[in-house]
Amino acid sequence: MATLTATGVAKEFPGHSADDPSVLALRGVNFTVNHNEFCSVLGHSGCGKTTLLTLVAGFDEPTEGELLLDGKPIGKPGWERSMIFQDYALFHWLTVEDNIAFGLQMKNVAREKQKSIVNNYIHLVGLTGFEKRYPHQLSGGMRQRVSIARALAVEPQILLMDEPFAALDAQNRGLMQQEMLRIWQHARKTCLLVTHSIEEAIALSDRILVMTRRPGTIKADLYVDLPRPRDEDNPSVIALKKQIRDLIHNEFEIER
Amino acid sequence: MSTIATVGVGKANKVQSRWLVGVKRLKNFGLLAVVLLLWQVASTYILDKTTAVLLPPPSAIARAGWEMIQTGELFAHLRDSLSRELVAFIWATSAIPLAIAMGWSKTINDQVDPLVEVLRPVPPLAWIPLSILWFGIGDVQNQFIIFLGMFFPILLNTIAGVKNIEPNIIRAAQCLGASQPRILRRIVLRAALPQIITGIRVGLGVGWMALVAAELVGANSGLGFLINDARTLLRTDIVIVGMITIGIVGLVIDRTIRIIGRRTMPWSRALAA
Repeated sequence: MATLTATGVAKEFPGHSADDPSVLALRGVNFTVNHNEFCSVLGHSGCGKTTLLTLVAGFDEPTEGELLLDGKPIGKPGWERSMIFQDYALFHWLTVEDNIAFGLQMKNVAREKQKSIVNNYIHLVGLTGFEKRYPHQLSGGMRQRVSIARALAVEPQILLMDEPFAALDAQNRGLMQQEMLRIWQHARKTCLLVTHSIEEAIALSDRILVMTRRPGTIKADLYVDLPRPRDEDNPSVIALKKQIRDLIHNEFEIER
Repeated sequence: MSTIATVGVGKANKVQSRWLVGVKRLKNFGLLAVVLLLWQVASTYILDKTTAVLLPPPSAIARAGWEMIQTGELFAHLRDSLSRELVAFIWATSAIPLAIAMGWSKTINDQVDPLVEVLRPVPPLAWIPLSILWFGIGDVQNQFIIFLGMFFPILLNTIAGVKNIEPNIIRAAQCLGASQPRILRRIVLRAALPQIITGIRVGLGVGWMALVAAELVGANSGLGFLINDARTLLRTDIVIVGMITIGIVGLVIDRTIRIIGRRTMPWSRALAA
């Protein structure tokens, strides 16, 4: 089981002078991500969605409020909340298989078992034959596959994703979204994805949290009850897209 | 053209092309050969006998070098110099953990940095007089000077290497469950390694220069001592043999570190260049 609950979460970054005042990034954030649910957080850049993710990962602490994973407060970063980064953040001095094995070594998994887990995930993300390559020898999409396998191999309770496909070109982005869906359906997990792409959120999620501008809070909590894969031309998908666009667009108007 | 020709053809052509590359390389030494020839002619036929003592011809230098190799004299001095360089290097590697601590902890950096900034601009050679008084003439004094020459390049390069690590790489390791000591050893040290190797290369080079200077005044053996001692005897041929040896060994050290770096870290773009 892995349920993530946020209650009254706020984050303020202290300022250093009058010219550099403190910034309230998040305010009164409440939501629950259910077990095995794929949940996206959608919002403008600078709305605090990445800040929210760093709080869930444990890189930083909320100023107010509480973040609970299965009822337990979130502490320091750890494998139970592994993360996929936009810039892949691979260990460039390690081969593909050693990158994936890294977390297992940190978990002190037995060597024999490491090998079979690594092979399993290499197969799952479609990197068979590239085990001994270094990250610089791979394309962007393949690097992100390594990153996905590395994050999944430690069997986290929740998988965090920070705009994981934003650095890819449009074609690869679409392909990787399909791949992500396929992988997720094979290795079912609670997922929290941060993105600014409405299409990406609709393609992947069970649930979409739309955020306001800074200070960010949850503006809408939408369930996407459509069968996957979701066709872009499906009227329900188009309607949902329009609904979300209006929500985000209104936000922009208010700001002005 | 030649690259196209070598694609997909047999061994014979490969050997031939390698041979061609060798010949092409050889061409680059044309000017050197001309200079050596002119030097030989000038020293033998143009300079008068007294002046020729100051600039012996290449043939005389080669003879002197061969003699010193046969008697083992050259190797004895080389061995002493290299062992000083090595001992100093072992001490200078202490810069690596210090630099990692400085790159990692702001408190340590804030405390150590002023000290480094004050000491760094003092050339190692400026320490020679004081170090002779401290350690006397001999190995320890030499090693101290070489150590100073090596320490700062290694320190500064390692600090830069640590500071250049992408923050997300550290975060990725953290959320894969790596503890602080493991992050330092398995992430920070590894990610900064190419820059550390660069620091070591520069450090060994500066150290080698400092070594010769230290030996000129504060040693009873070594290549620096050799050339200074030969000067007092007006054996300019030996002086030049010593100089050439210093140059070649310096080059070999530099190349060796580069090759080791490239072989052990095929993933590093910094070292590939």
